[in-house]
Amino acid sequence: MVAETPLNVVGTSVPRRDGLGHVTGKTIYVDDIKFPDMLHLKVVRSPIPYGKLNGIDLSEAEKVPGFVRALTHRDVPKNVYTILTLIGVQPDDEPVLAVDKVMYVGEPIAAILAETEEAAMEAVSKVRLDLEPWEPVLDVEEALKPGAPIIKDWGTNYFIYDYEYGQANECRKVRLGDVDKAFEEADFIVEGRYQTKPIEHAPVETTGCVAKPEPDGRFTVYTNTQALFFTLDNTALILQIPFQKLHFVGGTVGGGFGGKVDVIVEPLATLGAMKTGRPVKYRFTRDEEMRASSSRGAWRMYFKDGVMKDGRIIARKVVTYADSGAYHRHTPYAVTKHAANVAGPYYIPNVWIDVYCVYTNRQPGRAMRGFGVTPASFAVEVQMDKIAETVGLDPWAIRFINAYRNGDIRPHRKVVDDATLIEVMQAAADMVGYDLPDEYRQMSSNDREGGNG
Amino acid sequence: MTAKIVSFNLNGRDVDVMVKPLTTLQKLLREDLGYTAVKIGCKQGGCGSCTVLVDGEPMMSCLLPVEDVAGRRVTTLEGLAQGDELHPVQEAFFENYAIQCGYCSPGMIMVSTALLEHNAHPSREEIVEALSGNICRCTGYEPIIRAVSTAAERMNGNGSR
Repeated sequence: MVAETPLNVVGTSVPRRDGLGHVTGKTIYVDDIKFPDMLHLKVVRSPIPYGKLNGIDLSEAEKVPGFVRALTHRDVPKNVYTILTLIGVQPDDEPVLAVDKVMYVGEPIAAILAETEEAAMEAVSKVRLDLEPWEPVLDVEEALKPGAPIIKDWGTNYFIYDYEYGQANECRKVRLGDVDKAFEEADFIVEGRYQTKPIEHAPVETTGCVAKPEPDGRFTVYTNTQALFFTLDNTALILQIPFQKLHFVGGTVGGGFGGKVDVIVEPLATLGAMKTGRPVKYRFTRDEEMRASSSRGAWRMYFKDGVMKDGRIIARKVVTYADSGAYHRHTPYAVTKHAANVAGPYYIPNVWIDVYCVYTNRQPGRAMRGFGVTPASFAVEVQMDKIAETVGLDPWAIRFINAYRNGDIRPHRKVVDDATLIEVMQAAADMVGYDLPDEYRQMSSNDREGGNG
Repeated sequence: MTAKIVSFNLNGRDVDVMVKPLTTLQKLLREDLGYTAVKIGCKQGGCGSCTVLVDGEPMMSCLLPVEDVAGRRVTTLEGLAQGDELHPVQEAFFENYAIQCGYCSPGMIMVSTALLEHNAHPSREEIVEALSGNICRCTGYEPIIRAVSTAAERMNGNGSR
């Protein structure tokens, strides 16, 4: 028999591997890297949420001392992309640099390469844009109303699901049992409308990278991305070069929180390095980080629950509208996560869920700490308190009564085999000094084995 | 704009630098002299990550023209440790896990060092007040406050009031 490696880390304090670098200031972040002859890249951004782009006049920008060259959509080998193409999400919908229209305030239109950051910024300020504003779509429900301006090329303001199965579903759907019948049988109907707002991650270190051409024809890209290989692959696809032409160096991130998951600075910086043969730094200013970078998406959720006098939830109907902003980014995927979790960690025999990925003329939404699921948890738990109040039960009780047990089936047909909610709530009650009635104290995640599966 | 020579003491050594008017101390330290522990978070005095000590007082180097430190003593995080020996504030930050992404750490450590120079036994409220200009977006403020108390205890005995 092979002796098992002793597991002895849990319960001990392990010094942080990067801690000494952090407290001495010796940790090197992307912006601390510089090379001789390094250029700085800055982006001309859309000042309007939606409109036609008729032209870009670079003549005054080119006169700024230190100006080296500009990049427009014509310079980008595969200009229109979508990040999640790597997991099969299509169609490509986002231009690296705008072509003939702009879709949100802050959308990149052209890039300027200059000898200094100041010169690049000055040149950006001298670029004249010929823009024709259109009426923007700014609300998820307005976007879906008949007659709303259609802002996406495929003809709907929502993502089309299940195209890979030959279907065209307007939203992510989950169905279990018969909610309408259960609503008729329910003692109470409890409804709620929940809205979360966009949140900027605001890392203290802004998003950035340095792309450096190497003598062997490869490019080394130092970056603070949170998704190193994901970003490498997308950069190669956009630049239409083999993956092995790129060497990404990362791992040191001065705060991300999901905000550095999108593929934003690396393709342009690498393209700049390809076009000039010089190292290129592209780093967001604080203003760009706050206004142009994407934020946590906003979610609007409508709940209708059928509840019995004893506190059991027998039906839940949810319609959610996720604001993806102007482009897909990660939202089609976040919607699926949301649909899988919006029934909450509770056993409900009849469930009906529709979750729409909606496009508006806002900054694209992106990942942030459990995206898709966090808004669901917020709505679910406020709804649980509302149900407790309606039925006249303690908020603890309503959760113990409905908590899913091992063997229960979830709306998406997965049988629960890792339930811990009851045990977690029992421990939480102890920690806050709540005197839990015996009936809940004696419950267990295993007390319904095979019951509602 | 005519460049001029400015002389000051940097981390214990006298330096003479040539700068254009209104060059910020942040730019000089990071870009020209390579003291990259001076971080850039906002370049508008809003985050505290570029904090250095000028004659022992914490100042945001992104708002400070180099000319203003002529003849003065500037300390960056690189100047805090004595050789391999960490300053007690650095040691306390390391041991108390008062670091997450590390980007605000240089500013936090400089402000805390200045606080303990003036106030050997700061109360929790005084620590919070001293750190109020520094943002930690990982929101690890509690370990930072604990680290400052630990450092106070080590440096001056008795600990926090």
